Amino acid sequence: MAATGQAMNAHTDYLLHLADNALVLGQRNAEWCGHGPILEEDIALANMSLDLIGQARLLYQHVATLMSDGATEAVTEDALAYFRDAAEFRNYTLLELPHHGALAPGAAAERDYATTIVRNFLYSALMVLLWEALQGSKDTQLAAIAAKSLKEVHYHLRHSRDWLVRLGDGTAESHTKAQAALNHLMPYTQEFWTPSAMETAATQNATGVAAATLQDAWNSLVDDALLEATLARPPAGGYIPQGKNGLHSEHLSYLLGEMQGLARQHPEATW
Amino acid sequence: MNTIAQPPVASDLQDVWALLETVTDPEIPVVSIRELGILRDIRRRHGELEIVITPTYSGCPAMGQIEDDVRATLQAHSLTARVVTQLAPAWTTDWMTDSARTRLREYGIAPPHTLAASNVVRFTTKPIAQHAIPAVACPRCDSENTTETSHFGSTACKALYRCLDCMEPFDLFKPH
Repeated sequence: MAATGQAMNAHTDYLLHLADNALVLGQRNAEWCGHGPILEEDIALANMSLDLIGQARLLYQHVATLMSDGATEAVTEDALAYFRDAAEFRNYTLLELPHHGALAPGAAAERDYATTIVRNFLYSALMVLLWEALQGSKDTQLAAIAAKSLKEVHYHLRHSRDWLVRLGDGTAESHTKAQAALNHLMPYTQEFWTPSAMETAATQNATGVAAATLQDAWNSLVDDALLEATLARPPAGGYIPQGKNGLHSEHLSYLLGEMQGLARQHPEATW
Repeated sequence: MNTIAQPPVASDLQDVWALLETVTDPEIPVVSIRELGILRDIRRRHGELEIVITPTYSGCPAMGQIEDDVRATLQAHSLTARVVTQLAPAWTTDWMTDSARTRLREYGIAPPHTLAASNVVRFTTKPIAQHAIPAVACPRCDSENTTETSHFGSTACKALYRCLDCMEPFDLFKPH
């Protein structure tokens, strides 16, 4: 069965959205490698990045197979990861932000572990629900990737939730930092629930799930953890980011610059 | 030598299983990929020998090495095969054989609980109090007086533990 061009684009866009989410957060969290606050967390973050980059690879390989079908030139997973520019990435803006809050222009900041933990928690809480639902996708390869990823993200959620409680219900300083990170990042989660053309198409084809249908379940996961962490949920509102539609913050291009630089300078390099 | 290796007939598939028994996990060399549940099937398709393997974790860096090891082992016996990676059904530690569990323990790694006995997978559907992994016995002194040091150990598939009786640190192969 040949999918029509437009339906195919919506489906590959949807798969790229899932893949880009995993790759961008995997790359961002890998910044802690060798710089973790304690050795165990250094290793934990690197392990989770490995999971995320593994998930991204499976999804890119799947997209590459779909795009290569009937095309004159084969698309590769590397081309999708290393040779697309920022505006072609479909990840949530939340995932590309640096590991600290907003700064005045030109100011520099250290990485803040509370930001890392809060982001991982907000994203993992979504992904346990999304991967769970995607196990029923009519795209059987996506369903298989979802079943594998679900097992991994349960451990990611367990890790970030534990640390969220430890920081929120810890010392006055750790509480202040966790609350500040939550206030900074929570508005970005509004992007999860806004409709997009690719998600609408994916829902219609029963290949994907509109994250908006998971909002109630996500709210109860999040509120339950925040209560235990003695953190206050900031009020909703403000600008709704559109990373999944290709409109990103300034931070993504720097992240991609670092990640893609080697592949672009030495496109045929192997080792 | 002018003998050309033929794809084995059905009864010979048993021989291939036996051959591949020597292929072990690159990171845990005491257990074979069959015992771990990574080697899923050996079959003939269109006259070609096909070896089916499945990754443990999505990002498991050992998969490439395992594929090479499978090919090299067969090549040493003049066999060529296609190595196919299959994702579904998703790998689970429940596929690990009893012999693998015993060998892991002897090697110093606590084997995983069965998924039915552990509360980790799908824990979002359970109250938070039930999240804890059941007691893990120290692979050195068998004491269950142990504590988790870190959710993630030397590899993604392990967690770091410490025995409070013999004081030795050890890895737990996480239920997955």
